[in-house]
Amino acid sequence: MKAAVIVFPGSNCDRDMAVALENAGAEVTMVWHKDAELPAGVDVVGVPGGFSYGDYLRCGAIAANSPVTNALKAHAARGGYVFGVCNGFQVLTEARLLPGALLRNAHLKYICRTVPLTVATTDSAYTSAYEKGATINIPIAHHDGNFTADAETVAMLEGEDRVAFRYGANPNGSTGDIAGILSANRRVLGMMPHPERAAEASQGNTDGKGFFAGLVSAIIPA
Amino acid sequence: MEDPKITPELIAAHGLSPDEYQRILEIIGRDPSFTELGIFSAMWNEHCSYKSSKKWLRTLPTEGPQVICGPGENAGVVDIGDNQAVIFKMESHNHPSYIEPYQGAATGVGGILRDVFTMGARPIAAMNALSFGEKSHRKTRQLVHGVVEGVGGYGNCFGVPTVGGEVRFDKAYNGNCLVNAFAAGLADADKIFYSAASGVGLPVVYLGAKTGRDGVGGATMASAEFDDTIEEKRPTVQVGDPFTEKRLMEACMELMQTGAVVSIQDMGAAGLTCSAVEMGDKGKLGIRLDLEKVPCREQAMTAYEMMLSESQERMLMVLNPELEAVAKAVFDKWDLDFAIVGETIAEDRFLIVLNGEVKADLPLSDLASSAPEYDRPWIETPVAFPLKNAPEVDPIDGLKALIGSVNHCSKAWVYEQYDTQVMADTVRTPGLGAGVIRVHGTDKLLAFTSDVTPRYVKANPVEGGKQAVAEAYRNLTAVGARGLATTDNMNFGNPEKPEIMGQFVGAIKGIGAAVIALDMPIVSGNVSLYNETDGQGILPTPTIGAVGLIAHADDLIAGVAQDGDHLVILGETRGHLGQSALLAELEGRAEGDAPKVDLEAERKHGDFLLANRKLVRAANDLSDGGLALAAFEMAESAGVGVTIASDETAFLFGEDQARYVIATSPENAQSLLKAANEAGVPAELAGKFGGTLVDFGGKSAPLDALSDLFRNTFKTAFDA
Repeated sequence: MKAAVIVFPGSNCDRDMAVALENAGAEVTMVWHKDAELPAGVDVVGVPGGFSYGDYLRCGAIAANSPVTNALKAHAARGGYVFGVCNGFQVLTEARLLPGALLRNAHLKYICRTVPLTVATTDSAYTSAYEKGATINIPIAHHDGNFTADAETVAMLEGEDRVAFRYGANPNGSTGDIAGILSANRRVLGMMPHPERAAEASQGNTDGKGFFAGLVSAIIPA
Repeated sequence: MEDPKITPELIAAHGLSPDEYQRILEIIGRDPSFTELGIFSAMWNEHCSYKSSKKWLRTLPTEGPQVICGPGENAGVVDIGDNQAVIFKMESHNHPSYIEPYQGAATGVGGILRDVFTMGARPIAAMNALSFGEKSHRKTRQLVHGVVEGVGGYGNCFGVPTVGGEVRFDKAYNGNCLVNAFAAGLADADKIFYSAASGVGLPVVYLGAKTGRDGVGGATMASAEFDDTIEEKRPTVQVGDPFTEKRLMEACMELMQTGAVVSIQDMGAAGLTCSAVEMGDKGKLGIRLDLEKVPCREQAMTAYEMMLSESQERMLMVLNPELEAVAKAVFDKWDLDFAIVGETIAEDRFLIVLNGEVKADLPLSDLASSAPEYDRPWIETPVAFPLKNAPEVDPIDGLKALIGSVNHCSKAWVYEQYDTQVMADTVRTPGLGAGVIRVHGTDKLLAFTSDVTPRYVKANPVEGGKQAVAEAYRNLTAVGARGLATTDNMNFGNPEKPEIMGQFVGAIKGIGAAVIALDMPIVSGNVSLYNETDGQGILPTPTIGAVGLIAHADDLIAGVAQDGDHLVILGETRGHLGQSALLAELEGRAEGDAPKVDLEAERKHGDFLLANRKLVRAANDLSDGGLALAAFEMAESAGVGVTIASDETAFLFGEDQARYVIATSPENAQSLLKAANEAGVPAELAGKFGGTLVDFGGKSAPLDALSDLFRNTFKTAFDA
């Protein structure tokens, strides 16, 4: 499987995401934000955590209008896989590849801690390695992770089984405890928690390993 | 704009004494220009020149086979094997943080990160040691919120995990908080970049963000006492932009790969002045700067302002001219300024020209090395009276007094505002003892800790200085790490007072003795003096940042206590309650002497623990709060109860040094006690883990309730 990880000037989880993808068996290329095209033959594109352009204006707002994001939109429009973690999720909502928005955490503070998540659906490449309803512990680290959307959108996400992960103990005020969502074709995913920080035994937590393993095995042609 | 006339008032406003001004006249043989006066004041203030402390700093042990580069460069460099080095330093940003907590703390983090990546090292870990005034003081809440958000705001965006630190409260910091920022980076041992320029006629290049008027005079401000005009000093605090710093770091890492860098120096305190003088002086060269080429953020900046600006996220580099295009391309890629602003010259001159007009023309080596140096009078701190009326307390009440205090409760409210795991190499996050990270792509781990007990240092500077190092050593040992080296951040009051200078001298002596005995030389550091407001000094606070190496991940001690584990105390318990946390929190008393530090025992017990790490499931250093607090912390983090047979106050809350509390299986506990007996290391079985109660000699409380108190105290104090 060929993966690409986008590098904005303020990305700081790009290497972490690439390492987790490589460990799961993917071939990874880093793509600079000024590039207008993705490498040929890429199956999945990861949008990493960090502070893309300093997160000035709004988190992810400037990134959503950068050259590489146009290529990302085209990739998604072709039915390609795209996933965004943390700042990557913010970028995907700002780019309208996913509905809703990420507001400042309800208690207004940045928060970094490992939280329990429920796997809300297994009907996606990203969640296919987990059991439905399983609890996994994954680190979060964000200031703006409070997912919000209008009632109609939330009802649609729920009705179409597009909530990927839910917080066990809501840390940031997200509507419906939503921690991660899927696009209508189930190939674009955004989530605030960081599975790449929990993907190796030496990190002391491997609950995120299934995310990458599931993705790679779902995409590799049988 | 006409430069102001040099008057005695102007000289005094630059923090220069009449004697120091005389010295300037002798060096240059004429009256200085306004710009020259500014340059001298920047170079000669306490913050940059270490004029009161140098004599004593020289006595510190700085060498060892592991040391690649000791103090004098931007940060210390220590060998960790396999041609890899860890580069680290700790530095204070106390005065700016008190004036403008968010930006003061943020730029403190920014400055220390630059010190590390200037040397070619990618930052991999950060810590922060914070000291605030008492909880009830009107400024404390604002400072706690602002400083913590500032530390997080900068480090989180830059992308370095914050893996440790300290937070303390004492009324002695009411008018003067301390923000001590530590950073460590990783580099190949043969690819370290230094600041000494070499070669004549080479371009001097300005890198990074543009120069503005922020921070003009900041270093001079940081070397003065505070009074009630402090709010007027807000414009001297710099404003940070971590996004620019992140790009500057990445650009420097790429630039250093190209071979274009002859020497490089970050612009920290006194910005362009200090960095240029340092590069020239170390390379025995002169420097000419043409200031109209400096990228400026504001219009009509004067030479004085440009030379003293402390705008952040800037670097100065001497460039290999053949690679100019390559170097510029890197900075274009990262959308950062790259401007040739001058050149190295053969004469010993610091020549500052603006639009063809000479603004300063000074002998560079004299400017760098003729800073005054003082042998300040000092008096030895009187021997403390032994503690009288030692407290006797119900042990659960004693524990509650500690864990219900902002000093000894959980600091999760603080460290959860820091990204502790970015880079995905964090193995042990903050909370209990040292933080641990993986050396990316290897089986090696590095451990980090920061320690000092200011009450001890005040009562007994020598023992307090030793204790700070010993506690850092124990924190490293307790996770299975071999202490490598240390950095010292010396925060004291006004050195012109002999009793304050006596605290400084005593602490240096204690630290020196301890780093020799524990083989952790000082490789970098920083001195912050004049931490006084209206004549009231802070507690003497020599913060020790220490780094340890775990040669293989299998040697990490990272377990948590399990139901049925035995509790073993390593080291001798005598029940020293002088200057203890219990005394301070329960009765508001800071009395008695600091505990004595037996360095030989420290080394022996530490070596024993490392040699027997396979018999240890979890370990915790015994320090302030004694056995009761350490055992509770272990139980709390594991979610199991703990029972200790004794209910004696001195046994449970005494702060004797060279001790560890260990959790291990009953079988391993027997083996450990046997090995200790054979090695001549005092060890005793004092209790066990399990159940749902914390039980000290039959007095008990549910762990859950204590845990709630422990976890909610900080939040209740500052968030309500």
